This record gives sequence, structure tokens and C-alpha cells, in this order.
Amino acid sequence: MADTAITVEGAEKRYGDKKALAGLDLRVARGTVHGVLGPNGAGKTTLVRILSTLLRPDAGRIEVAGHDVVREAYAVRLRIGLLGQHAALDEELGGRQNLELFGRLHHLGARRARARAGELLERFDLADTGRKAVRQYSGGMRRRLDLAASLITEPEVLFLDEPTTGLDPRGRAEVWDSVRSLVGGGTTVLLTTQYLEEADQLADCISVVDAGRVIAEGTVDELKAQTGGDRIDVVLRDAGQLGDAVALLPLAGVSVDTHRRLLSAPVTDRMEALSGVVRALQQAGIEAEDVALRRPTLDEVFLHLTGDDRRVREAA
Amino acid sequence: MTAHALTDSWTMTRRELARWGRQPVQLVVNLVFPVMLLLMFGYLVGGGRGVGGAYRDYLIPGMLALTMAFGLEGTMIAVTRDLDKGVVDRFRSMPMANGAVLVGRSAADMLQSVMALVVLIGVGAALGWRTHGTAAAFLGAVGLLLLFRFAMLWIGIHLALVAGKPEMVQAVQILVWPVGFLSNALALPDSMPGWLGTVVEWNPMSHTATAVRDLFGSPGAESGHVWAAIVWPLALLAVFFPLAVRRFGRLSR
Repeated sequence: MADTAITVEGAEKRYGDKKALAGLDLRVARGTVHGVLGPNGAGKTTLVRILSTLLRPDAGRIEVAGHDVVREAYAVRLRIGLLGQHAALDEELGGRQNLELFGRLHHLGARRARARAGELLERFDLADTGRKAVRQYSGGMRRRLDLAASLITEPEVLFLDEPTTGLDPRGRAEVWDSVRSLVGGGTTVLLTTQYLEEADQLADCISVVDAGRVIAEGTVDELKAQTGGDRIDVVLRDAGQLGDAVALLPLAGVSVDTHRRLLSAPVTDRMEALSGVVRALQQAGIEAEDVALRRPTLDEVFLHLTGDDRRVREAA
Repeated sequence: MTAHALTDSWTMTRRELARWGRQPVQLVVNLVFPVMLLLMFGYLVGGGRGVGGAYRDYLIPGMLALTMAFGLEGTMIAVTRDLDKGVVDRFRSMPMANGAVLVGRSAADMLQSVMALVVLIGVGAALGWRTHGTAAAFLGAVGLLLLFRFAMLWIGIHLALVAGKPEMVQAVQILVWPVGFLSNALALPDSMPGWLGTVVEWNPMSHTATAVRDLFGSPGAESGHVWAAIVWPLALLAVFFPLAVRRFGRLSR
């Protein structure tokens, strides 16, 4: 199937007693950015390591760029780029030396490896620092160089495993910009992240992973719709009245944030919910600072899907 | 895939050479350290328990063998560092010959060992030491030393792959020292308590040191150890080379 860049069917991987992947299925269309979203230990890194031929699956059919990751590992390696969780660079060498090294190992030949290193340094805004040892790079620069190293041969499929973990906001923005600029070129990107905002910002389609399985899949909008669509937020003037308001308002599944004097609930009919809430508050004489309808955040979607809804409510 | 084995191995070797260029001080320190030991044992601690004749003739071959043994640490540190930094993951996810990572490591380490031998023998010569044997025997001795180093190298790669983390290297480092000194590098086993002397005589490194003394024609050198100095490293290689290669392959488990 030419329009599918990644196919995963029933992938399993266990470490001792622990199942890292428990029958994971995934299909990524060519030329798209696919987000794999999940908490620590959900199996995201195991998935990326299997897709990038670093790890053998125990079971399942897994193809990347039309080749089986176990039987045709070499063919897969010709077509992928990998940005792992930790910078995969030689810290003692300079940025340019690193890129030339990886270019040579991709068998570009000395001259093309050198030219390619120059291009990539330019493109990732590292041309001035190409001679400096990577050890002296900032986190954001290191990540950009790492990304450049995974793009030496313009891979068909690029894996980004938590590309911005540990970066400050500026570094994160830099990496996001770089990733966005790639997408235009037709590369398929599989991105794992714990940050919902990151998936929201970069991904066309998202798979939510928990305990080694995909528990939900779709576009950002589809996922948001799955958790009951819109929500209503009510901010009270007096936090002491939150309890009364929950009892009295015509809403179900209310979550409360005492600190922000906020209560929030999913709604089905937007206008009916809004007028119902306003009327009920007025009748009870409870003063509201703000009443607003909104789309759910990806956080709410995620917590809903992983069944950790109650944790939010308890924390509130 | 195998068509690239040579080029990739050479590229990986050059990577190590480039690192030396980046950190010349580190390289010099590595080369000077054995010289320091030589001077310390030759002049500071002095003597050489139970050694007749010029201690220099006894000590220099011993120090050469000891330097080869300590090379194991350098190999381990380099391998664990690469594993820890994730750069090995990048190599493994690339369409390069699988073995090149290890071949490059071996080539660079062997090259550094040759340099260490040159420096140490050079310093020995400056102190007035000369080989008493033929040129061919001298080269044979250097060959035995490098063969021993090659065995240490693959033990080092295997231990590094088993240990995994740089922190674990320290534990091994502490073990390397007694093993290195529990040899006849610095003193004759006859001068030691009986059981210790036996352990020391069994140490593969002792055979190498004795064979080198023999080939250098050091006065009073025991003969007949050349075969042991060939067979022991080969036996170690027969065990640790396949173990290390298998362990490297198992990174994908």
C-alpha cells in the first residue's frame, strides 16, 4: 500500500514480566505527521525503537516504508531517520564533524557528506557553531543538530521520540519550527510526546497510547468530540459556594477547581446549558465572575481516555 | 551490506582519530601515565623484589605488559560512553555495516597501544635501556604485547556491554589494578608467599611479560614462555570475541 508509510499490527514486546507493547496497532498515512501520545511507561519509546530496527518485537507485523523491520532491517534503515530521547551525537566532535561522520556512514562519499553537512548546518541555523564541540552546545542547539543528523539522507519516514523533553520553552519553539518546516517536504513523521500541546501543534492525527495499546485514535478534533464535545466553565466570586453550585446546576460530570473557583462540565446542547446555568445561578443568588463555553483541552481528552478522570476530580 | 564493511570500519576509526585531534591533552595524558608508572617503580619505589641484574631490564618488559593490560579500562570507558550517549543507537539505526562500531573501536585502541609502546620504549631507551636480542626477536616481543592487548580489548568490549553504564566501569577499574599487579610485571613470583607466587605465575599477563623479557634477552630471563604468551591471549579471544559480538547483537533484545 503506497499510501501507508507505517503499518503496525498486533505488536508485542515484553521485558521479563512487563508487557511494554500489548498488541499495538497503528497505521500512518504517507506524508502526514502522526502523534503518539501517552504517559511515561505507555510503550512509546519501545514502539519507536522497534520501528527504527533497534529492538526486535516479540510478535506482530511491522512495516516501515514498505519493508518489514525484522526481515528487511537494512532496507528500513536506508529510509528512516531517528531522533531519540537522548542526543545521539559524538559530544567531543564538532557539529560539522558529526554530520560528516553520519553522512559518510550513509555512504554519501566524502565530498557529498561535506556538502550535505554544510547545507544542514545552514538550514538549522548552526553554521556559526559547526566547529564547536557538541559538549558546549545549548540544549536547543544540540537537539537541532541531532535533528539535522537524522535528516542526512532526507528520509521517507522520520521518528521523533519526545523531541522536546527537557528543553526550555525557547528550545521547544525552535524544534517545533524545524519539524513544521520538514512536513512540507513530504516526509512522514511519527512523533511521540507527553505534551498534549505538542501533539496539538504538530500532528495531523493522534494515537493515544496507554499500557502498550492504542486506546483512541483520530484527528485532534475527533478526539475532542469523543469526550462529549464542548464544555462549560463557570467561575464563581466566592469559592465557598462551589459546593452549592454543583448541587444546583443542571449539569453532569462536573469537575471542580477550588483554587481557581472554577467548575467545569461537558455539555451536549450549548445554548440550553448556557441559559440553564445562568438562570439557576441567578435564582440561587450565586454570583458568577465568568460563564463560558469552550472546546475541551487535549488534557481533558487524554485523562478521560486513560480513565484517570477521577484523579482530576479528586485533586480538585 | 558487507560491501561497506571496510569503508564503515575505516570511517569509525577516523572518528576516534578526530576525537584525539579534539582532545590532544587527553591523548598525551594516556600516553604519559605508563611512563610515570615506569619512573615511579624504577626510581622512586625502586628495587624490584628478588630481581638480580639490572632492574631496568626486568621492569621495562613488565611495564609494557602492564600498560597493555590497563588498556582494558580505556576500551571499557569508550564503549560505555557511546552506549550511554545514545550515539550507538544512531549507528545501529543507520544502513552501515553492523560490526564497524566494534572494528573502529579496536583499530583505534590498537593504534593508541602502538603509540604507548613507542613512547614507553623511547623513554626506556632515553634512560639507557637496550634490547639484548635480535631485531626480529624485538619485533616478536612487540607482536606478543599487541596480541595480549587485543585480547584485553575484547574483554573490555564485552565487560562494557555487560556493564552498560559508565558508573559500572569504576567497579571494573578497581578490579583491573590487582589483576595487573598480581603478575610478575614488577617483581619475581619467587619472592612472594607460595600461594601468591602460584597465582602470579598463572596470570596470562605474566607469561607475556616473561616471554618479552626472553625475546629482549634480559639477563636471567626465563625462557619457554613464548608459546604460553601466544596461546593464552588466543584462548581469551576465543572466549570473549564471540561473547562480545553476541552481546552487541543482543542490544536489540
